[in-house]
Amino acid sequence: MKKSKRRNLIKGLLFIMPWLIGFTVFTVYPIAASFYFSLTEYHVTTPPKWVGFENYKKLFSDDLFIISLKNTLYYAAGLVPIGLFVGLFLALLLVQPLREIVFYRGIIYFPTIVPAYAFATIGIWFFHPYLGFINQILDFFGIPGPMWLSDEKWAKFTIILLSQWGAGGTALIYMAAIKDIPKELYEAAILDGANRFQMFWKITVPLISPATLYYLVTSTLAALQIFDLPQIMTGGGPANSTLSYVMYLYRHAFSYVNMGYASAMAWILFLISFVLTFIIFGSSKKWVYYFGSRR
Amino acid sequence: MRLGKRAKEMIRLNTVRILLIIVTFVYVLPFFWMISTSLKADQDLFLMPPKWFPIPPHWENYKQAIQYFPFFTYFKNSVIITSLSVLGTLLSSPMVAYGFSKIKWPGRDFFFYLMLSTMMLPFAVTMIPTFIIFKKLGLVNTLWPLIIPSFFGSPGSIFLIRQFFNTIPDDLIDAAKIDGATDWQIYWKIAIPLSKPVLTLVGLFQFIGSWNNYLGPLIYISDESKYPLALGLPTFLSRYGTHWNWMMAAATLSVIPIVIFFFFAQSYLIEGIKLTGLKE
Repeated sequence: MKKSKRRNLIKGLLFIMPWLIGFTVFTVYPIAASFYFSLTEYHVTTPPKWVGFENYKKLFSDDLFIISLKNTLYYAAGLVPIGLFVGLFLALLLVQPLREIVFYRGIIYFPTIVPAYAFATIGIWFFHPYLGFINQILDFFGIPGPMWLSDEKWAKFTIILLSQWGAGGTALIYMAAIKDIPKELYEAAILDGANRFQMFWKITVPLISPATLYYLVTSTLAALQIFDLPQIMTGGGPANSTLSYVMYLYRHAFSYVNMGYASAMAWILFLISFVLTFIIFGSSKKWVYYFGSRR
Repeated sequence: MRLGKRAKEMIRLNTVRILLIIVTFVYVLPFFWMISTSLKADQDLFLMPPKWFPIPPHWENYKQAIQYFPFFTYFKNSVIITSLSVLGTLLSSPMVAYGFSKIKWPGRDFFFYLMLSTMMLPFAVTMIPTFIIFKKLGLVNTLWPLIIPSFFGSPGSIFLIRQFFNTIPDDLIDAAKIDGATDWQIYWKIAIPLSKPVLTLVGLFQFIGSWNNYLGPLIYISDESKYPLALGLPTFLSRYGTHWNWMMAAATLSVIPIVIFFFFAQSYLIEGIKLTGLKE
């Protein structure tokens, strides 16, 4: 018995070997190395020079760092709830029994696989202050459109708005969750005289809460790492109003080759992500329901 | 009463239909604007109100775009990166998933949850040391750093395939074992052939992930001849960004492969959510 157990251990480890090697080389080592780098001054060409917590101290008196952190929290505070609302709204529409529903699903899902670099390019033109589609339409109705990406006050919001073009992914997850709710629950509720609004809040919302948990975790982590859209659309401008955390980190790492400083930023981001994930998971016991006897 | 109920339902569904038509319209508009612009003459770009349908279409914008935007070179590089990454993930991920599913060994669950927890790790944390590894290997400014990691399995894919393997009845595997099959044979002859739907889905996800990756190429690739589309299009934007009709011609060209891909993959992607186990 013991021998077969050991044989299984070896077999199991052999099967997971590709991941185990990748995990060691591309995860464990980099985590440790980046922490070490964060305590050094490191410009790649010369060996890292130990500076202790100097990089961390410098970061908190670095105005651009503070700006990029604030911008990123702004992105997250916009992207997560707005994305939730839009995704859920689309899902509620897309589960309705219409004959041509597959067509709508296809169209709304399609932008989620269009690469960010392509739709960033399209987005700049779409929101162009003078020649873009949006402002031409607004102009047609006699409404003066904002400067969108060229206005410090609007730029982040424009990026958040444009991101909703990819809400089809969230909608898909919610659709699957909604379809899984047993029909009998709604039938019983109707017998009890519940209206649609009550059914939505008392049946749909609690029963799709596992999907909401998944959404909150993944979208928060993604929002904290926002990079592609602001990098391509504005490069961080105007007046650093769209500069995101990872953009600033990228600049230090690969434009200034200031790896120690960038690694310190990476570790702070790591901590922020960890704390936020922890808060979301921690609170989930209070609001996530698993239907039936599962777990 | 019955008829009234049915009429009510009709009204409700038609309201939904109208909302969906509006939403669909909003989701299509940017593409329409892109294509429409790509066919406009220079002077028409500034017309107020805009010409929605440029007649006659100025196809020469595409010729111009191609001249400054080596679409086929970028496309080729994207194809190389993407196809090798898909191959890598399909070779490695199912194997790891099998080790996490159909073999019972001490520590299995520990490693499995360890793997899942790495999905929460921000890319930025591992980005710099990984870059240094590839730099020491002399692979910076090649396509390899964008391909090699996929050969070590990706946690998301492994998770999906494992969920699927878990549904294969143990009786089937025990029967094969009694017939003298080794785990390796069972993996190749039973598990893999049964898992085509989930493997397709994983392949498609990897395709999208690699094709759309922007930060990776931005870090590793500096030669324009090695640019994938992810770098080609933004570079074109920064150089010829004022020629909006050329720009949109280039954008249209970049989106066409995705449209073709979507045409074939759509049903797998949209139905595939069932395989993700997210509904649990």
